[in-house]
Amino acid sequence: MSHAALATADDTPKSYLSNRFSIQSWLFTVDHKRIAILYLISLTVFFLLGGAAAAIFRLDLMTPQADLLQSETYNKLFTMHGIVMIFFFLVPSIPAVLGNFLVPIMIGAKDVAFPKLNLLSWYVFMAGGLLALGAIVRGGVDTGWTFYTPYSSMYANSHVILAVAGAFIAGFSSIMTALNFIVTIHKMRAPGLTWFRLPLFIWAMYATSLVVILGTPVVAITLVMIFIERFFGFGLFDPALGGDPVLFQHLFWFYSHPAVYIMILPSMGVVSELVSCFSRRRLYGYTFVAFSSLAIAVIGFFVWGHHMFVSSQSVYAGLIFSFLTFFVAIPTAIKILNWIMTMYKGSVSFETPMLYAYGFLGLFTIGGLTGLFLSTLATDIHLHDTYFVVAHFHYVMVGGGVMGFLGGLHFWWPKITGRMYPEGWAKFAAIVIFVGFNLTFFPQFQLGYHGMPRRYHTYAEEFQILHVMSTAGASVLGAGYLIMAGYMIWSLFKGKRAPANPWDARGLEWETSSPPPTENFLTTPVVTQEAYAYDKPSVTWVPTAHPIPEGHRV
Amino acid sequence: MNNVFRLLPEQASTLAPQVDAIYIFLVAISVFFTLLAAGLVLVFGVRFRRRAGGVTPERPHEDSRLELAAGGLLLVILLVLFGWGAKVYFAAARPPADAMEILVTGKQWMWKLQHPNGKREINTLHIPAGKPIQLTMTSEDVIHSFYIPAFRVKQDVLPGRYTRLWFQATKPGKYRLFCTEYCGTEHSMMGGWVYVLTPADYEKWLVGQTGVAMTETPVQAGERLFVQLGCQTCHNPNSGALGPNLVGVFGHTVRLADGTEVIADEDYLRESILNPQAKIVAGYAPVMPVFKGIVTEDQLMQLVAYIKSLAGASN
Repeated sequence: MSHAALATADDTPKSYLSNRFSIQSWLFTVDHKRIAILYLISLTVFFLLGGAAAAIFRLDLMTPQADLLQSETYNKLFTMHGIVMIFFFLVPSIPAVLGNFLVPIMIGAKDVAFPKLNLLSWYVFMAGGLLALGAIVRGGVDTGWTFYTPYSSMYANSHVILAVAGAFIAGFSSIMTALNFIVTIHKMRAPGLTWFRLPLFIWAMYATSLVVILGTPVVAITLVMIFIERFFGFGLFDPALGGDPVLFQHLFWFYSHPAVYIMILPSMGVVSELVSCFSRRRLYGYTFVAFSSLAIAVIGFFVWGHHMFVSSQSVYAGLIFSFLTFFVAIPTAIKILNWIMTMYKGSVSFETPMLYAYGFLGLFTIGGLTGLFLSTLATDIHLHDTYFVVAHFHYVMVGGGVMGFLGGLHFWWPKITGRMYPEGWAKFAAIVIFVGFNLTFFPQFQLGYHGMPRRYHTYAEEFQILHVMSTAGASVLGAGYLIMAGYMIWSLFKGKRAPANPWDARGLEWETSSPPPTENFLTTPVVTQEAYAYDKPSVTWVPTAHPIPEGHRV
Repeated sequence: MNNVFRLLPEQASTLAPQVDAIYIFLVAISVFFTLLAAGLVLVFGVRFRRRAGGVTPERPHEDSRLELAAGGLLLVILLVLFGWGAKVYFAAARPPADAMEILVTGKQWMWKLQHPNGKREINTLHIPAGKPIQLTMTSEDVIHSFYIPAFRVKQDVLPGRYTRLWFQATKPGKYRLFCTEYCGTEHSMMGGWVYVLTPADYEKWLVGQTGVAMTETPVQAGERLFVQLGCQTCHNPNSGALGPNLVGVFGHTVRLADGTEVIADEDYLRESILNPQAKIVAGYAPVMPVFKGIVTEDQLMQLVAYIKSLAGASN
């Protein structure tokens, strides 16, 4: 990257999409943008599989009896839904797709620090995914995505080892991507791009990468322990051999609670970009938002015990974990305040990405507030392992994570594909998804407080009406996703050509053509202002090349 | 019976109103903040919407006063919640001394219960209203969780360990009992009903002709096992005391051979029966045979119940 070639006037830059077409040029690419597309395609397939599983068991839950599925099939379906959605969609979604595509471009680099490692991470991810799918094809897994012992280690009569191996291997893929991002962000920023000129999306990816690197090895070890227990009968979790059945929960949640922030911090980064762009204003409290991501990442490691208030953990441990959990709420709540205050005296417009940011704010606020019900000790006793928890984490992880992902996907779709999507359809789908989501999950809060336990195949008849509402909402939600898939695919072929900067946004990614050339920029950009200089005119680098001013060469 | 469109489900224990009070407070602050956030977003969106020829917005000034004020207010609310939640939680975690003890064993996929007089039942629990009940629970296989929504109580039930749960039902009626820790294929079938009876009806039920025929009490069964298994040869003050005297040991501190101390609770007694070499009492040789595989979970509970009853005898 040291000597960026100065483009001559007759160079018409080829985009990363159009320079080569062969299958090999995709499967052996080291271009972070193409790897992002590989991830986008694989994640879409996983999302469809996870969604299909949910659709089937939601239909089954229309009635209190088991009239569509057998218990075992039901258990395998909700396990598949959980494993696929968490390990193979939500955790990688924004980092692997948007992060891979954008991190180098946003910091003015040609690629990530370790391009080959980046490609390897996709192969490792696919290997993990195929193993997990193998477990499903060979008859499924019925442990739930949490793999609680001693059920998973001694009793479950299904393909636990294959599924665990899949999740274990996929974890390495996250670690590779996170490592790549950390090094890239530290070492490859364009000249002039100081830490406090960085887009908040980069701060979010940085914080997320730290959580991934610190947390994932722990879950990897934990999954290996299940393998050892099942295969060799070591007695790690078996009380008859002196093991501790609860040990697994401590280790598992030490990763899996921070994993919630792996899913949500990137989304917060995306929403910061969206709110700022569509309010035409620097984000209110930029520094706070940047540091709060790091704070959430750190505090997130000290709250795992709030999953275990009724697990036989001591009351004093419960007390401490409850106390610490409340502290995560503060940076989170102030971030919401910052997003709202950015609109104040802004110039707010409502393109599709902004609708998703609105959706995120609404759903994530509800998700966050209902988290208080679960961190409060007395109410958690009643609510733990009920549908209230199911509703809460769907509001956080789908309402927060997926709304952020879809908002970001729409925002950067013109940059990624070079095509515009149909705005009218996109707005319509965004509203359908928002309405469908609330119809699906809001009734579940009520179900939970009235005592409906989660992971129930059959249930008490008084709960039926709320289940019917939830299933009806799920069909609306599913329709919204399908509409979106339809116009996105349509736009690839028929969409209007996208200009370099369709939203008149700031930030380096908008300073290059849509889609970007293979090396992202024709010359190394020199940054003279921060990513949110909405009060200044855009520094248009495209399509002409700027010479690098003296003294700024790297 | 349980109208799911009412804000609160039926309250049938002394704990339920306390939990519900916190819940209502939480619902109130959630509704308030959700409406506040939604209101601000909508008002700002409309009031500051982009207009043709509008002015470029100014940069927000770097001033943390608003964040500090909001964070401070939030901190106060959170501390109130924490303190209030912890207070009720502590009350819910500590059974009163006079609680009536019922033994519970979870097993894929049923609850087995035994009353102080020895009466057993499966997936139904009959209890008297107005009397504190303590459940001492363990599992024969995987982790289960004992949950009575109308009482607002829940506690995981673990293999190899005893957990406790207590409640005091307030009114006679019929309430749902669930298992809430996923435990395998028929997880959703692992439940039944709690019948809260008037104390008089409960007494009648205990001796009634329905259900399993009256047997010996857990303490009597434990005593019989104690003799059958030969425990009394060593654990007897008059026998030369090869093993420690068990009278009055329950709930007291025991000094171990390695110099540490342990409280002789149910878990310690259970461990000492199954694996006596784990924690040898100071002054005794490690000579007790291992009873793992010889006694069942139910029998262990009875033995422990018997040893606990000896605690009373010493006073």
